Amino acid sequence: MSDLPPYPPLDPTTYDLIIVGTGVSESILSAAASSSGTSVLHLDPNPFYGSHSASLSLPDLTSFLHSNSLSPPPPPPSDTPDFLSVDLATRSLYSSVEIATFDSSILDERHSRKFNVDLCGPRVLFCADESINLMLKSGSNNYVEFKSVDASFVGDSSGELRSVPDSRAAIFKDKSLGLMEKKQLMKFFKLVQAHLAAAAASSTESDEGAVKIAEEDMESPFVDFLAKMPLPPKIKSIILYGIAMVDYDQDNVEACGDLLKTREGIARLALYITSIGRFSNALGALIYPIYGQGELPQAFCRRAAVKGCIYVLRMPITALLLDKASELIETGGYKGVRLATGQEIFSQKLILDPCITVGSESMSSLTDQQKETLRVLVPKSISSEGKIARGICIIRGSVKADISNALVVYPPKSLFPEQLAAIRVLQLGSGLAVCPADMHVLYFSTVCENDDQGKAALLSAMSTLIKPQVPENLQSDSAVENDTAEAAKPVVLWRALYVQAMVKGEFGGSISSAASPDGNLSYNELVESAVKLYEQLMGSEELFKEETSPDNTTEEENDGGVEIEA
Amino acid sequence: MHGRPRKAYKPEEEAASASKAVKLRSLQTQFMSNHHHKIYTKEAIDLSTKLLEINPEAYTAWNYRKLAVEDTLSGEESNQDLVKSILDEELKVVESALRQNFKSYGAWHHRKWVLSKGHSSVGNELRLLDKFQSLDSRNFHAWNYRRFVVELTNRSKEDELKYTEDMISKDFSNYSAWHNRSVLLSSFLARKAEGFMPNEKIPEEYKLVHDAIFTDEDDQSGWFYHLWLLDQTVNVETPLLTSSWPSHARCLNDSSSSKLTTFCSESGSFPLILYFDQAVGGVSSSSVAVDSELRGNEDLVWEPVSNKNSQVASVWVARLNYMSSEPCFPKEYKVKVRIGNSPGIVSSRGCNFSTPYEFVFTAHVHDTVREDSQEVIVSWTDGFDIWDAQSKDLNFLVNLDQQMGLKWRQVAIEEEIELFRALSDSKIGKLTLARLLMAKAMISESGVKGVHYEEILELYSDLMVLDSSHYRYYKDEHSVALLHKVTSSTASLSRHLFQYRDMNNSICLRLNNLSLSRIASVEKLLFVQMLDLSHNELHSTEGLEAMQLLSCLNLSHNRIRSFSALDSLRHLKQLRVLDVSHNNIGEHSVDTTRYLCSSPLSNSEWTEDEVGRQMPSLVTKYWDAYFVLRELNLKQLDILGNVIAGDEFSSFVPQVVPKLVWLDGQKLRS
Repeated sequence: MSDLPPYPPLDPTTYDLIIVGTGVSESILSAAASSSGTSVLHLDPNPFYGSHSASLSLPDLTSFLHSNSLSPPPPPPSDTPDFLSVDLATRSLYSSVEIATFDSSILDERHSRKFNVDLCGPRVLFCADESINLMLKSGSNNYVEFKSVDASFVGDSSGELRSVPDSRAAIFKDKSLGLMEKKQLMKFFKLVQAHLAAAAASSTESDEGAVKIAEEDMESPFVDFLAKMPLPPKIKSIILYGIAMVDYDQDNVEACGDLLKTREGIARLALYITSIGRFSNALGALIYPIYGQGELPQAFCRRAAVKGCIYVLRMPITALLLDKASELIETGGYKGVRLATGQEIFSQKLILDPCITVGSESMSSLTDQQKETLRVLVPKSISSEGKIARGICIIRGSVKADISNALVVYPPKSLFPEQLAAIRVLQLGSGLAVCPADMHVLYFSTVCENDDQGKAALLSAMSTLIKPQVPENLQSDSAVENDTAEAAKPVVLWRALYVQAMVKGEFGGSISSAASPDGNLSYNELVESAVKLYEQLMGSEELFKEETSPDNTTEEENDGGVEIEA
Repeated sequence: MHGRPRKAYKPEEEAASASKAVKLRSLQTQFMSNHHHKIYTKEAIDLSTKLLEINPEAYTAWNYRKLAVEDTLSGEESNQDLVKSILDEELKVVESALRQNFKSYGAWHHRKWVLSKGHSSVGNELRLLDKFQSLDSRNFHAWNYRRFVVELTNRSKEDELKYTEDMISKDFSNYSAWHNRSVLLSSFLARKAEGFMPNEKIPEEYKLVHDAIFTDEDDQSGWFYHLWLLDQTVNVETPLLTSSWPSHARCLNDSSSSKLTTFCSESGSFPLILYFDQAVGGVSSSSVAVDSELRGNEDLVWEPVSNKNSQVASVWVARLNYMSSEPCFPKEYKVKVRIGNSPGIVSSRGCNFSTPYEFVFTAHVHDTVREDSQEVIVSWTDGFDIWDAQSKDLNFLVNLDQQMGLKWRQVAIEEEIELFRALSDSKIGKLTLARLLMAKAMISESGVKGVHYEEILELYSDLMVLDSSHYRYYKDEHSVALLHKVTSSTASLSRHLFQYRDMNNSICLRLNNLSLSRIASVEKLLFVQMLDLSHNELHSTEGLEAMQLLSCLNLSHNRIRSFSALDSLRHLKQLRVLDVSHNNIGEHSVDTTRYLCSSPLSNSEWTEDEVGRQMPSLVTKYWDAYFVLRELNLKQLDILGNVIAGDEFSSFVPQVVPKLVWLDGQKLRS
């Protein structure tokens, strides 16, 4: 960064809103605010878009995971006459970062530009989810193209992958389900569909005769409702973890971090069901952006730029500027930020990347009013928010023959008895332009209480899917492979394991903090929190309300790509 | 393509459609004038193209194009390039018409016509079809055309079968795909092609359709296919002999005087009845060899017992003369019947009767004391004694096992029954289970063991309540099951057998008060001479024609609505006593479910006879009664309690049936 020529001073120096960080939440807020006529300055300390939602090359990913724990550059002298300057600190969201290269050729020049590896994988979009709706509404869909995730599996310690029977045709084709199980499962899907249809009808006209799930059932645990249907344990598990994407063991009420109510369970099934067939060229419920997840925040940023937002990358901020303490009651208010260049920029409001904090030593000298202004920047104990263990494996081969892009879920207890939460694995291939042609990228994640527990769970899933790695110097001797099942497994070339802290978005008046990526498979909760934050900032104004459907005159012939259109 | 609600036109759409109509009308007029004047110039043909592009349904235009092509090509057959370019042009027109409406019969037919000329590449057709079928995988036009193209291209049937499988796994709610599968499989199964032996392939197909039915039991297409499979399991293509009268090792007129096998004849002959499982033709003295000591039967005449005057029937009858040998002298004659040794018997579907079968019986001929039966009125109300048949074997059936290889069929049906009990909470589930149980009854070796007729009857009773719009169908099936049950064993049948004191203790089968709506199991009742079907819900006598020995029949208190519904009785040459009182005869002169014929004058069977000449107006009025009664040799008829009954009809009947003695309990002459 130091090699780069210094930035010229920014002009203008006053904005309605300054946003720091270009993650998904920040980018949505930036696009929404710009669209409503707010003047926005959008900064990012990194040389790329996306922050914690970025897709990077392997060296960039490695250095981001490590460097993010570094402290910010030393603050320039804070001799501001008019304002009180509060120095900022950066905390790392990542811990226990462990990166291993098993085949060094992977870092060769010829490969290096072919990788677009996600920081916050595994993550996909449901065709009918809020993030898609928001993209359509904002017009940012013009900048991204998607492809279908071809298949969805539920796995166990035996290594066998059973496909998730998520549609009528899939239930029909499924060889592992018995006839009565097919009947029960389909009957359940029909009940859900009838319930949704009835719910949709009753919102316009009251139809008492329609089939609906009883109100008392809606408040009961979803797992109990499934058992009442009655669905056998095998199918219950597929619905809970393979379709509703629940994390914690629903059968173990004491240890369960997220006991799902029927109402929420039905809503998740509804999302899945309505996702199938929403776009004619998307086969299943799930899609993934070509060139990686990083395309999503970029798309929103491009939309924001079109609407007048000013972007500056490689630009950290070093301090906050507050009103100097005085006798006035209106004191301690936020005024602006100081950039790494030393320039001071002013705004009404500020939204910060979740890893930016205020050190406690800086806080000690502040008045109560000032403390209140900076409230959201005080780090809270992270363990209460939960942690997500993530893993990335670059492999040669595929976890399932003839399938490139697939989701695999290991329900709680399916790999080992102490497995606390579901482990999700997403395999993506070169068709999505995320890796070279003969390889796949595997993303793993699971929610966990501590780093060791999370990493142990991911390693267990990895060893079930991938051949145990033989150190390079012994590889020639191990030519005699007698276990054919092991031999068919893909080989790992590169692996990263890390644990990410989860920080929720928070509204704090003039200074707010955006949310970090969460442990979910979809962006739904992230989008929800961004929308909520926007409403708080702008006074319950609707996002992108003035956007009309963007003209899609440039209809491209694409090979199997999914262009989402309203 | 399916389930889209029709939208009302908006005003602007209506205007567009009106202007389109105006344009179309002028095109149509010009086109018709070209057509009438046989103008086949380029301009004229282009005009028809335009017309078809707007309206692919203009069938005349397609035919005009055929004529135009013929006209252009006449004398130019050798000019390959010209022929090809003209036919290619036709294909192009069809394609654009199909784009407009791919359900246009005319367009598809025209394409077939062009293709059958044999100058076009057929490879393109499959590609085109794939396009259409991906637009609408259930479009039956495309599927029909596909079969045609496959026939032309010699594309392997295995590939086609695989194609149906692919289409079904994409969406099994595709009746066209299932149907095509059944068509393809039928030909494989009939050929017994490698890997398609019925005993292996059919159980496999059951597995496939189970997946569809159990996944979504509300979808009809799978159930249809299942019904087809069931049919393949129970029925064999080749015709089989089900039963005969007399049956094997039977003694006729045994001196021990079993009433069951005594047959009195006034004509000096007795019938020989063959009952097949399906309609066959070609039963003759050459295809059925009858060796007997009874002389004068060298050239037996076999007659089909068919309502439709056709030469195929499932029941065939020949009359063996015994009078011509030595009368008044008790003697035993052995008769041996061999069937299927020489070819000739062919089913209506073209399959040969190929399982030789022979049976032997003995006829005891002796003179009986001729009672003056003319004077005795048959009363159905009393004079019946319970008849004990426990000791006697009433099984007249031919053993089917040797003929059709029952084992795998029984196993398959057994498995189906096991499975479908789980679905018996739905209507179609109940119906299928009932059909499966009936199928089991039909093919179980011991005939009856393990078949729960009670369960079948209960299922149909449930269905009658659950699904009242198909009540009549369930009622009929219930009757069939009930009759199967009654005839399933000697013990159960004998409960319905009585001796009638007034008629020399003849045996009477009484199936009264059973609320039967249909007649069945006749193949087991060929011996019956006296039958009481009163107090049932019969609409017709269909089926009774096989009971060639029947002489007394009680049909009172049923729901017969016309004499046409009694048409099958015309085949019963022995029938003397008929009670049809208390029915609804006359309510409708024609049983509309079976006949479309409204007047005797349009009936080809009409030949004018004496009665017709003497009272034409009555014949015209009672023509349906007239056609039935004049062929019967009745001595006693009861017709009271019908709409038709009355003085006029009572005076008409004796004219048509001159030998009648008793009419409605009144003696006609002394």
